[in-house]
Amino acid sequence: MHPAPSVIIFSTISGLGFGLMLFMGLGLPNVQGWVAAVFATTALGLAVIGLLASTFHLGNPKNAIYAFSQWRSSWLSREGIMSVLTLGTFFIYAALWAFLDIRIPMLGYLAAGMAMITVFTTSMIYAQLKTIPRWHSATTPLLFLLYAATGGALLSGQMTAALLLLGFVTAIQALAWLQGDSALARSGSSIETATGLGDFGKVRLLEKPHSGSNYLLKEMVYVVGRKHAAKLRVIALSCVALLPAALILLTEMNHIIAAIVVLLHLVGLFAQRWLFFAEAEHVVGFYYDAR
Amino acid sequence: MTQLPASTEKKLGLVIDLDTCVGCHACVISCKEWNTGSYGAPLSDTDAYGANPVGTFLNRVHSFEAKAEGCNAQTVHFPKSCLHCEDAPCVTVCPTGASYKRSEDGIVLVNEDQCMGCGLCAWACPYGARELDAMAGVMKKCTLCVDRIYNENIPEEDRVPSCVRTCPAGARHFGDFADPESNVSKLTAARGGMDLMPELGTNPVNKYLPPRPKADVNGSQSPALAAQATEITGFLGWLDRTLEKI
Repeated sequence: MHPAPSVIIFSTISGLGFGLMLFMGLGLPNVQGWVAAVFATTALGLAVIGLLASTFHLGNPKNAIYAFSQWRSSWLSREGIMSVLTLGTFFIYAALWAFLDIRIPMLGYLAAGMAMITVFTTSMIYAQLKTIPRWHSATTPLLFLLYAATGGALLSGQMTAALLLLGFVTAIQALAWLQGDSALARSGSSIETATGLGDFGKVRLLEKPHSGSNYLLKEMVYVVGRKHAAKLRVIALSCVALLPAALILLTEMNHIIAAIVVLLHLVGLFAQRWLFFAEAEHVVGFYYDAR
Repeated sequence: MTQLPASTEKKLGLVIDLDTCVGCHACVISCKEWNTGSYGAPLSDTDAYGANPVGTFLNRVHSFEAKAEGCNAQTVHFPKSCLHCEDAPCVTVCPTGASYKRSEDGIVLVNEDQCMGCGLCAWACPYGARELDAMAGVMKKCTLCVDRIYNENIPEEDRVPSCVRTCPAGARHFGDFADPESNVSKLTAARGGMDLMPELGTNPVNKYLPPRPKADVNGSQSPALAAQATEITGFLGWLDRTLEKI
């Protein structure tokens, strides 16, 4: 799948914002006044920037308003609705906390839960697709939730929680890569089932339907850069989890080191999300004898 | 509404005969010609006469080779357009309500006035039947020529999809699969019509007829040729035997 920058920025940055809402919803960090306002603005800002970025990959954004209408069947529609409801709920909770010094725990728990449901709906946009066996797995929602929570823990300075979550992220990410590498082969789809010609022997593409490229090849048969996948996985996992965990464990935590930890995590997150798209094989590739 | 209808009154679709298709691409061109000038936005091309032409098509013809161990290879030309699936995943993923399946005849369509061009329906389709138009920014797909099949302003013989009307080999057939007596139902039953990627549970309406068994696919020659190859008689036989002895 084509790793569009707008979609990578959307899913990573908005995930961090909703992750920070999770921890603020639980009353963490324990701050008041303008410090609480800065944290809340960061959470809302990240979520809003991410959601705005997602509109840049639309071919016809003037019709985006209709995306709130099909919650009965569409995960993308559910995600749009949940995002707006979560932003609203968290805004009320955070405004009361920061400006009137009234923190309503129940409202916080509600905002925290809604933030996680929003991240879950985002993950299901990808996990629901049977056409992309690598994504069609329980590890997809698990990873999105874990990455959001981990980012939230790091941003809110909850280093003990962050360490625990970094451990989970490392384990589930390794599992997702391991499972993902054989997902297409295990899916049961092949060039033989795609053409229905399996009874006639081994099938190969003799001639493409068109000499140039097309939307399908550009969008769904993206193979550029996969040759560096192994190196990128090492870079992604080191930056997103291993180095931050080492810094938390081995150094005296202060604002500068915390900033470095968050930046490392963000770089790793971009690499992870780039791989999530670039390595995903769509079954339509069988019609082009390409993965 | 992007919820699928529980059932449709008719199941209009195509039978594509892989035995008969000669791979001429006439259906590709006639589809493009009809659909660029009718339903919805035109099917745009970019750099059409340049070094890197790219364009939107609703129907494309792939060519495959199938070869079993010890057998001759066979070429199969493979036209591919929307299969108008009964459980169309492209419809349910649509966030805006632009994608829908008609309850009256089962045709899957895109309402371009509601499409925001997110492309998720194209991701959900296993068959590559949907292409986002680069100029219009909306999703394009086969309409089963909905603007021909019910069109009383054109001659009756033209009231079939453009690809069916134009196919010189008669490899494409249009009809109602809900009617067991229709031409397409009978063809499917007689020739073992099959689904593409049935493991994905899309329940395609369109069926593909597999190539008929070829006489020489197993590597054996036709009887006339085989006799000649093994046993030569007459003058040539005498010459053959004499030359062997020298």
